[in-house]
Amino acid sequence: MNTSNATNPPTIAGGAPLLELRSVSVSFDGFWALNDLNLRLVPGELRAVIGPNGAGKTTFLDVITGKVRPTQGDVLFKGRSLVGIAEHRIARLGIGRKFQTPRVIQNLSVRRNLELAVNGSHDPLTLLFGRLSHPQRQRVQELLAVVGLEALAAQQAGSLSHGQKQWLEIAMLLAQDPELLLVDEPVAGLSDEETERTGTLLRSLAGDHTVLVIEHDMEFIRELQAPVTVLHEGHVLCEGSMDAVQNDPRVIEVYLGTETEGEFNG
Amino acid sequence: MADLLSARNLRRAIPWLLIVIAALVLPVVLPPFRLNLLGRFLSLGIVALGIDLIWGFTGLLSLGQGIFFALGGYALAMHLQLGSLAPGELPEFFGLYGVKALPAFWQPFTSPLFTLLCIWVLPALVAGVLGYLVFRNRIKGVYFSILTQAALLVFFNFFNGQQKLINGTNGLKTDTAQLLGQLVGSDAMQRNLFWLTVVLAVGAYLLCRWLTRGRFGDALIAIRDDEPRLRFTGYNTTVYKTLVFAVAGAMAGVSGALYTVQSGIVSPQFMAVPFSIEMVIWVAVGGRGTLIGAVLGAVLINYAKSLVSEALPETWLFIQGGLFLLVVTALPDGLVGWWRSGGPGRIRAMFSPPPAVATYPDLELDPAVQAEKAKLEGGAQ
Repeated sequence: MNTSNATNPPTIAGGAPLLELRSVSVSFDGFWALNDLNLRLVPGELRAVIGPNGAGKTTFLDVITGKVRPTQGDVLFKGRSLVGIAEHRIARLGIGRKFQTPRVIQNLSVRRNLELAVNGSHDPLTLLFGRLSHPQRQRVQELLAVVGLEALAAQQAGSLSHGQKQWLEIAMLLAQDPELLLVDEPVAGLSDEETERTGTLLRSLAGDHTVLVIEHDMEFIRELQAPVTVLHEGHVLCEGSMDAVQNDPRVIEVYLGTETEGEFNG
Repeated sequence: MADLLSARNLRRAIPWLLIVIAALVLPVVLPPFRLNLLGRFLSLGIVALGIDLIWGFTGLLSLGQGIFFALGGYALAMHLQLGSLAPGELPEFFGLYGVKALPAFWQPFTSPLFTLLCIWVLPALVAGVLGYLVFRNRIKGVYFSILTQAALLVFFNFFNGQQKLINGTNGLKTDTAQLLGQLVGSDAMQRNLFWLTVVLAVGAYLLCRWLTRGRFGDALIAIRDDEPRLRFTGYNTTVYKTLVFAVAGAMAGVSGALYTVQSGIVSPQFMAVPFSIEMVIWVAVGGRGTLIGAVLGAVLINYAKSLVSEALPETWLFIQGGLFLLVVTALPDGLVGWWRSGGPGRIRAMFSPPPAVATYPDLELDPAVQAEKAKLEGGAQ
């Protein structure tokens, strides 16, 4: 792993950003969840974000998706400010979000979950009077195949296993066809095999989509071979390849701790 | 033709045939008093359908449906009060309070067309505006319920105190009014109103079924189960909730109008707090999210109420409370939900010998083994 990273080191790419956070700060009653956070994502990039508990990872996604309004600073998507725009409008602009715990609609079948999420008009009249177009149906079928839930399409989403729910939610995200995918802990609670397949899926999405992954699982992030951004106390501690980040003394101090030091060197 | 008479179509037609037969036979066999009761309770089924739509499917527990119910009732009652007057005359009660001229807002109710629109459009508008303000501010759950109840109290106190405008606490009588040349309280008119109620209840049921069957219904269920998920998928959930709350308001208005003309009076008691809570109980007992359960709950509980009240007037409130407790603790999906989830079969199983099995019993009766088997067979297809 180390050798492959050395020959092809992932770097933070330049160019016109798809997403840009400009000195974003968020204060909850005096507690600064985000503190002068700056970040740029270029189109097609795959980026991993790590950080210890309380580093502001979830608030960071909340700010991008419109759930939390930044106290200071600006969030730009394709050069347009997202501050003050409602969540559903931000979603329609092309930003999809997967939550930390899998959130699917438990009382609907797998297929109906995807049919709700599939890209297209989401206004009430369309849902009442319009039917799913042929391409939309095809897309749903395609996504069922991508996440391997074809045989379970008619099952209630609530009856799926944890891993299957994670995948259904990823499929719902893809159904939206967003330009930017924000994926919060996609492999939490997954088996090794499922983790590996998720990694392959996310890597294959990068390029056509821009993907930002928040994860705790170090091995998973290493497999993603993506540039890593380390958050600490609401701001970016450092950015770079996994190897560079892991050897950064500041990161070791705040996040990885000295006890795991032997692991990187080994 | 052969397709039309297929077993499946026939089976589907049975409930509708039963409804048609019941609607034709009941007016003949039931005495006018009982028929009138049934008509009233069936009209309450319409407001219950609306509650099922917003609560059972969308997760919005409104304790203020009485507002919209009463608005529909008042709209029709005002028209009936005006309809049977000679030119220049005022409804009788105005004389008691020394009102000499008809208040301006009564004027449009001389028009039957305006009244027909008002019965459902006015409650829908009030529900839409109230709903939009509440939903836009992301007020939900128990706060939404409390707010609707507070709104109900505001309306109740307003209507109760306005003698000079709408006869205050006495309400408006409709029995002695004329409609299409007939006395509203007459048996013939009441029979027609029963039929009208059947038609409108079926229409309301079909409307709710259409709303909940497709992707729109899926969106409502998604709002109930996980609203933020839907919002981050690109849905403006405020619009959905406002829309469905307005539809439930319109249905409550129609329900209130039908109830008024079959009860002979509309009064601020329609907006009493306990009555709106009772509406919720009908839906809970019948079965949330089942539609037909809402209608059944409304009719059955109210019939039980009238029968019990005739025999043992003191006991009804205890019975109703007990019924609600029973449903909340033992039948969370109500009677229809219990029926659909195989409840009668479970009761029968309790009193019958265990089923005969060919193989080692534990395997054949173990639900986990059966589920696995079904999964394998399902996967193979």
